[in-house]
Amino acid sequence: MSTPPATAAGTAGTAEPGGRYLLDRKGFLARVMLLPAVVYIVALVAVPFFLAIAYSLSDVTVGDPSFDFVGLRNFATVVGDPTFRRALLNTVLITVVAMALVVVLAKVLALVLVQDFRGKWVVRLLVLLPWTTPTSLATIAWVWLLDSLFSPIDWVLRQLGLLEGNLYWLGNEGLAMTSVIAVQTWRIVPLAAVIIMAGLSAIPSDINDAAKVDGAGFWRTLFEITIPMTLPVIAVATLFGAIVVFTDMAVVFVLTRGGPVDATQVLSSWAFFRGIQGGDLAQGAAIALFLFPVLLVFAVLILRSAKRMEVM
Amino acid sequence: MDLSDTTEVEVARRAARRRRTGARVALYGLVLAFTGMAAFPFVWATITAFKRNQDLYNRANNPFVFNLDPTLEHVDLLLSGTAFPTFARNTLLVGVLVVAITLALSLPAAYSLARLDMPWGGAMGIAIFFVYLIPPSLLFISLSRVVATLRLQDSVWALVVLYPTITVPVSVWLLMGFFKTIPREIEEQATIDGYSRFGAFARILVPLAFPGIVAVVVFAFTLSASEFIYALAFVARTSEKTISIGVPTELVRGDVFFWQSLQAATVMVAVPIALVFNLFLERFITGFTMGAVKG
Repeated sequence: MSTPPATAAGTAGTAEPGGRYLLDRKGFLARVMLLPAVVYIVALVAVPFFLAIAYSLSDVTVGDPSFDFVGLRNFATVVGDPTFRRALLNTVLITVVAMALVVVLAKVLALVLVQDFRGKWVVRLLVLLPWTTPTSLATIAWVWLLDSLFSPIDWVLRQLGLLEGNLYWLGNEGLAMTSVIAVQTWRIVPLAAVIIMAGLSAIPSDINDAAKVDGAGFWRTLFEITIPMTLPVIAVATLFGAIVVFTDMAVVFVLTRGGPVDATQVLSSWAFFRGIQGGDLAQGAAIALFLFPVLLVFAVLILRSAKRMEVM
Repeated sequence: MDLSDTTEVEVARRAARRRRTGARVALYGLVLAFTGMAAFPFVWATITAFKRNQDLYNRANNPFVFNLDPTLEHVDLLLSGTAFPTFARNTLLVGVLVVAITLALSLPAAYSLARLDMPWGGAMGIAIFFVYLIPPSLLFISLSRVVATLRLQDSVWALVVLYPTITVPVSVWLLMGFFKTIPREIEEQATIDGYSRFGAFARILVPLAFPGIVAVVVFAFTLSASEFIYALAFVARTSEKTISIGVPTELVRGDVFFWQSLQAATVMVAVPIALVFNLFLERFITGFTMGAVKG
């Protein structure tokens, strides 16, 4: 097959021997080429997904993997647990606050990054760092930045005379939650900005030119053209970011381990501590499944926004 | 009349120039603010990596300058006294294999969905998108049994097998966009030249989708390098850990943090990845737009 076989015009395709004929049939080829990916995904995503649902209705533990159906007992136990309710509340709170900040900051960052300025290459590199660095490592930099004794933020506050001693960022409930939200916002802004930039670059430049000719200034162009036209892509960027934050456990695990005293626990980390470290797979699965309805809503919203981009 | 006209024009021109200067100042102000916010933890990490203990652990010292001479001692410790090189090797191994599996599965699948016009193509594309939204945090509990059944627990191979479940759906989505931009005439010409349809895919279309493939390679590799939940849940042996899980769990002994070495590890991993991403950013943006808009 290294050189295409010469065939007389008109007889190509139909007159070929069997194997060659199969490789030309669309229906056969479409199935064969898609099959490996589908089998893989079904085996390692769909099966575990239904297994997770089955586990949540069972009494499976690491020590005793035999399956006994217990109905909704796990869900009742989980919901009755104040730590779970705290984790659920925290997950929602972190996602909502971080995304509110991300929408504004990412939109501004995207507008900045499409301009021309000196040193743009380096700026882009530095601005991307929070997103491209593996989350657990980026969070380690933050753990040190928020250290109970040696935090440089505390040092600056002390120099300014605003603080005696230390703030104990990660040892205080409110400050620990603030820190988690700050790290999530910090790492999602570049991702959302990049997605919004894709949307901005898709606005036909003649629309902007026409607006300029008609005498529209920066703010009018921003509010009457750029923002309405990029609204679907801003929605997509925010929803993607929301999914990442909503399901993340690396930030909480590295930054606070869910502490102080479970004050920053989120659904994923609580599922890990219960299901893997505590060995109660059934309860862990039940906790993680609480993520699902919200993810489903996010997915539908993304598809609807994407469709609106297409219409544009 | 004539005179006032020119002054009016002059005034307008001056106002426009002032507005432009103002916009430049605002732009550079924003650039500085964003760069500062994004890079500050890394700047702090870099300074820390080279500090001596007596300098670092003194609350009276200005933390942003070297009060004592900088030292390479802790970078040295990281590279020769810890398992960091093992983590780096494991990360590379997992990354390369995950990239290979991802391409082998997603190139044909994307072509099938983008080009072979099956009536179920659209529904399948959406199904793949939904799979992408089922996150590891939902699956890792039940997967722990699957991994145990496959006898992959405590092995990098568990990660090699599992990471493509995250990368394949995104890559199919991305590559579909690229295949759709290649004119159908090219493919038709190839079949007239005697290639089978599959031959045309392998020899003509795949090379043309090269920018998309580069995007997939960068994406799949960085995802394998950053994934946390599966690595944490399925790999507990030091010799099998990857960077993203090894560094936060192994460079801390009890309550003693090796701060300088930890920060050196962060910077040494962060900078190369960001460099590669920055090089391919435009491709990513195009890939995303095409995947989303034309998918």
